[in-house]
Amino acid sequence: MTHNLILRVVSKSLIPLIIVFALYVQFHGDFGPGGGFQAGVILSAAIILYALVFGLDAAEQIIPSGILRILAGLGVLIYAGTGIVTLFSGGNYLDYSGLVGSQIAGQHLGILLVELGVGITVFSVMLIIFFAFAGRGRP
Amino acid sequence: MQEHLSILLVVIPLVAAPIAAMLPRGRMPWMVTLMVTFICAILAGMQLWTVVHDGTISYELGGWAPPWGIEYRIDAVNAMVALIVAGIAALTLPYALLSVEKEIPERQIPLFYSAFLLCFTGLLGITQTGDIFNVFVFLEISSLSSYALISLGRKRQALTSAYQYLIMGTLGATFFLIGVGLIYSQTGTLNMMDLAERLPEVSGLKTVHTGFAFIMIGVALKLALFPLHLWLPNAYTYAPTVITIFLAATATKVALYVMLRILFTIFPDGFVSATPTGDLFILSGMAGILSASIYAIYQMDIKRLLAYSSVAQIGYMAMGIGFASAMGVTATIIHLFNHALMKGALFMAVGAIIYRIGVCRLDNIQGLGRQMPWTFGAIVISGLSLIGVPGTAGFVSKWYLVLAALEQEAWIAVAIILIGSLLAVVYMGKLIEALYFKPATETNLAVKEAPMLLLIPTGALVLANIYFGLDTELTVGVAERATQALGVAAK
Repeated sequence: MTHNLILRVVSKSLIPLIIVFALYVQFHGDFGPGGGFQAGVILSAAIILYALVFGLDAAEQIIPSGILRILAGLGVLIYAGTGIVTLFSGGNYLDYSGLVGSQIAGQHLGILLVELGVGITVFSVMLIIFFAFAGRGRP
Repeated sequence: MQEHLSILLVVIPLVAAPIAAMLPRGRMPWMVTLMVTFICAILAGMQLWTVVHDGTISYELGGWAPPWGIEYRIDAVNAMVALIVAGIAALTLPYALLSVEKEIPERQIPLFYSAFLLCFTGLLGITQTGDIFNVFVFLEISSLSSYALISLGRKRQALTSAYQYLIMGTLGATFFLIGVGLIYSQTGTLNMMDLAERLPEVSGLKTVHTGFAFIMIGVALKLALFPLHLWLPNAYTYAPTVITIFLAATATKVALYVMLRILFTIFPDGFVSATPTGDLFILSGMAGILSASIYAIYQMDIKRLLAYSSVAQIGYMAMGIGFASAMGVTATIIHLFNHALMKGALFMAVGAIIYRIGVCRLDNIQGLGRQMPWTFGAIVISGLSLIGVPGTAGFVSKWYLVLAALEQEAWIAVAIILIGSLLAVVYMGKLIEALYFKPATETNLAVKEAPMLLLIPTGALVLANIYFGLDTELTVGVAERATQALGVAAK
């Protein structure tokens, strides 16, 4: 693929846009359509496109699989940890109302944190699956 | 803390699962898992205590009131099943250290414990939740992780048996979901208590009957109810020993709990007797007891022999459900508890043999009973319990099941229960004959007794088998309470 100039130029200009769109879907998910699940998939699509055009090794240099494994766990911890914080702030599990000052601000912060956790886990698990299949047969 | 008991049981293992995956190789992941299972066992004990003394617990997730939000609703039935799951896990974990180090490649050990914790989360979640869609979610969490765990077995067949379980398990989960969807379309609710209120109005509709049938088949696949049990023998035979112990003692029990909950709490009174469901359960139970016991007699692999025996034992529990009487359901719940004790003990003892000689075929274990006296003792006592000899836990549940059958004047069922016990004598006898009465081969003469870390959990379960055979107050008391909580009327 190294000589496909058009593909390389187009994907290089597309990847930043995909990443920005993923972040938009992630952090605007509480007001518009979207959320952590979709954002995670879109963000991982950016890396997968990079891997398709520039090769698996180049992609693994950006995100080593060791880091992906930690990220996958980290997302779940952010989600479940938010729930535990709500327990300590006096509410039921995942009752964000008491997280910060007002009830509305609490609900807002809570859903953002939970969706961030979902986004990180979905992003890293998608990539782990992609690398696992694409890397088959390699030493 | 007290009011958050029910959610903590699910959240603690859920948080521990990614932590175990991120820990370095070595014994740290095991330590974390061990601590989590012990904490959960204590919490589950406290939960059962609270339920028995203060009545039903209701917990609103996220502060959203049911039926809109997810509700965790704990009565005597699920508190007891949760205690079985957490208790067996806490006993399996000390056993796991050496067994896992021997059977699982070192670099996979953190992921192994992570998957184990996820499976544990899923099973506990099913018992805690009062929302039928949430049951599906936890069912998938526990199933997906158990497919992965089974595939880690040492033999290559572990992969195909995990795949077979994957296909059957996914079919079961899909059927369950289709059924839930159909019922949701008629009632507009997913909360179990709310469903119980709304279903009587629509219970005549074909959609509801179809949904009911889908749910039944789905759960029966998970439960390995005869003739939908085909995944079970392979999965139990080729899974790593620790996973066989854990799944055999808990997974089918949790599926059985779901069955009880759906049949007796959610669907209106008399729905079971108005449809041929009860008879189907009795028929499949009887066929399961006979055919699986006969299959067990012809097995050469001990794990497979015990797996077929599990299918037969599920038959007894199905029969109790089929009678749809207070006595029958009580018998089912007692057997659910006792079978976890006896199969846990048996698979642990067999695991100790595998730990020493690496295989567990009848022709490889000749004479090992004299080399490993404690392990052999454990097999004999839990085997007697499986047969149902007075003084062991197995006798109590069979006694109640026979009483339930006599109450219905179901003479054939009584006969089949007794024949099933005789068949159990034959297959356990084969095992004991090979272990004790056959002369030891030369290689077996050098085998030593299993390490203490394997023997102590086994011994604890064996003692529990005897204790609950003599002191029936606890099991029968809780089971009767559970039957009341399910709302099964006496006949």
